[in-house]
Amino acid sequence: MAEQTVKLTIDGKEVAAPKGMNLIEAAKLAGIEVPHYCYHPKLAVVGNCRMCLVDVGMPKMGLDKKPEIGPDSKPVIMFGPKLTIGCNTSVAEGMVVHTRSPKVIKAREGVMEFLLINHPLDCPICDQAGECRLQEFSVDYGKGQSRFVEEKVHKPKKTEIGPKIMLDDERCILCSRCVRFMRDVAGQDCLGFVNRGSYSTLTCYPGMEPNTNYDLNITDICPVGALTANDFRFKQRVWFLKETKSVCPNCATGCNTVLWSREGVVHRQTPRDNDAVNQCWMCDSGRLHYKFINDPHRITTPTVKSSAMGERLALTWPEATRQIAEKLMPLKGKGSTIAAIGTARATTEELFLFNKLMREILGAELVDCVPHVGEADKFLLDADRNPNTNGAKLTGVAGEPIGSRIPAIAEAIKSGKIKTLIVHGENVVKYGVTEELLAKLDLLVVIDTLPNKVTELAHYVLPGATFAEKRGTFINARNRLQRLNAAIPSPGIARPEWQTFAALLNELGGDGGYLTIEDVFADMARLLAPLAGLNLSKIGDLGVELKPATETKGEAKTESTAAAGAKT
Amino acid sequence: MTMQVERPKLTIWERTYLPQILHGLWLTLKHIPQRKFTRQYPEEKPPLHGAYRGAPTLVKDPEGRVKCVSCQLCEFVCPPKAIRITPRARPEDVPDANVEKEPEDFVIDMLRCIYCGYCEEVCPEEAIFLKQDFAIAGYTREELRFHKEKLLELGGVQPDSIWKWKFKGAPPLDAPGAPKREGAGRKG
Repeated sequence: MAEQTVKLTIDGKEVAAPKGMNLIEAAKLAGIEVPHYCYHPKLAVVGNCRMCLVDVGMPKMGLDKKPEIGPDSKPVIMFGPKLTIGCNTSVAEGMVVHTRSPKVIKAREGVMEFLLINHPLDCPICDQAGECRLQEFSVDYGKGQSRFVEEKVHKPKKTEIGPKIMLDDERCILCSRCVRFMRDVAGQDCLGFVNRGSYSTLTCYPGMEPNTNYDLNITDICPVGALTANDFRFKQRVWFLKETKSVCPNCATGCNTVLWSREGVVHRQTPRDNDAVNQCWMCDSGRLHYKFINDPHRITTPTVKSSAMGERLALTWPEATRQIAEKLMPLKGKGSTIAAIGTARATTEELFLFNKLMREILGAELVDCVPHVGEADKFLLDADRNPNTNGAKLTGVAGEPIGSRIPAIAEAIKSGKIKTLIVHGENVVKYGVTEELLAKLDLLVVIDTLPNKVTELAHYVLPGATFAEKRGTFINARNRLQRLNAAIPSPGIARPEWQTFAALLNELGGDGGYLTIEDVFADMARLLAPLAGLNLSKIGDLGVELKPATETKGEAKTESTAAAGAKT
Repeated sequence: MTMQVERPKLTIWERTYLPQILHGLWLTLKHIPQRKFTRQYPEEKPPLHGAYRGAPTLVKDPEGRVKCVSCQLCEFVCPPKAIRITPRARPEDVPDANVEKEPEDFVIDMLRCIYCGYCEEVCPEEAIFLKQDFAIAGYTREELRFHKEKLLELGGVQPDSIWKWKFKGAPPLDAPGAPKREGAGRKG
């Protein structure tokens, strides 16, 4: 037996919980909510909010060290005179817990009343309103009215906690989640409480302030509106925002996220629980890496360079596809004159179609992605800043190592061997394919979301979609296949790149026929062994672990037959 | 089925039409000295019931300050989605910086508004009131999207007893002449 379980009763429900689990989590297993503020499943237990008080009873032990049996032929349960905090009480065999007894209800009302004594009635301007535990528990477990007639204690309303966070001292309920997060998770012990009683205040240690790359997580775990991110402060009320499950595209870790959008504008990105990837945290650089989505300079329509002066003519999609296909058609079979640079920031589906278009249909040999490397930290941030390097490798777009063919592409353009270049989503000027080289090309087709030097020089520019605007998958550094969802529509007539590639494939005589992203994935799963038997819905919100590509090469057949067997 | 109607037999006197004309003239003359029922709209406005729900407007407090803190509850509750608020933080250097948040812009699309009064009902700051304006007209749609300035102009000043602006240093509750505070311990 891997894990010892104990049986206990919570509100009359029998629960089997693993040994060592606390009562809040055990109650969660039974579908019972025990309200709490200071307890957080990923942080150390301190038990200072007293909100999770429950009535705990143990079977009365006889002299023979066996539970005494009462007249109703059930064990006699002895309840303590006082209530116990659920967060710091472990489950035990035969334990009986009441979370809704009159005693518990009264205790919670008392705790709520104390918490609200000095809490300002700021809800109309408080950004937490709508996702505030204090609001929620006031409604669910509070008294409903205040008996407090005295003056409230006033504290500073606007204290900067580092450059990214604003603290409203009056709203703080002193749960100390932020203190523990900074100390235990972010590894910078810099927050603490000063003063006593009603005047207790959260503050930074003298001369210190949070300056790690994980500070903004404390705004997520703050159960009230005390800690708010400057980035989101006073921007939108949360009840307007649509939540879309997504994956952070900032690095190869692929933290699971939620995109909060309203009317086609993403307003913030927050982490989403996934114990296999990011627990419930994400780094600040990833969290704030969403603003390019709302950039006013986004490319919104396909264009063609109409004169040497650089004037551009807007095209419709069918027209753009037809014109590009017309230019590419005579090059079929002359693969040595074509090169393509894809991006490992694209979804696996897009990379798959890109590879199919460039290598199989046009026969290009010089196809690669651009590596983006940064500094890794010891927690979540990966050195590889491409979210889908493994996808690029799996589909065959990326070289080994990624980016190794870029110098060859530059060289071949210089020597005049390569006359056609297709670039997807990368400012290749920064990576060795200089402007002079790009100017030499007969045909430069660029698919991108934002204008840059390459789109300026391109003969054809096709607008792309950002990660927030399309469905698809990323494969993270640990070979976990994770799913993106479309949160917002693309600006103008921009569309997800897979549609562009599918349209070009159709025109150029590939078998095509991709109408939906599911079609693309199905074809990909058919051809790429590690994806065998999968589809977009099977990936689920938390993703699936793929076997390393090297291991699966030989067993592709067995996997697909297994999948076929599963289907029938 | 067709029905035959007998025409009335008229005398010669009646066939001159004079009796009917004289009768009509008499009726008109009779009404001239009587009380008038017609109202000279638009010069003369109808008296409205106190609870009449006209155009929603933004009001200022007696000291001329905008009461709205852009909590966006009216925007949320508005059934036809006629309200659109752009919030912003209050600048640090204004005397009432403690209010922290204010509307940068507040737009009510009067073409969408259905005068339901939910916005007035939901407002925690008592900043939006439905006044009695009912004849709202314009030449363009844009003209009927009322922005913050226009709404404040229509709203005017609303006398009230909310102490949001000067909580600190305010006279104690039992001081003579202190305005009655709504609800014990209220800070809002």
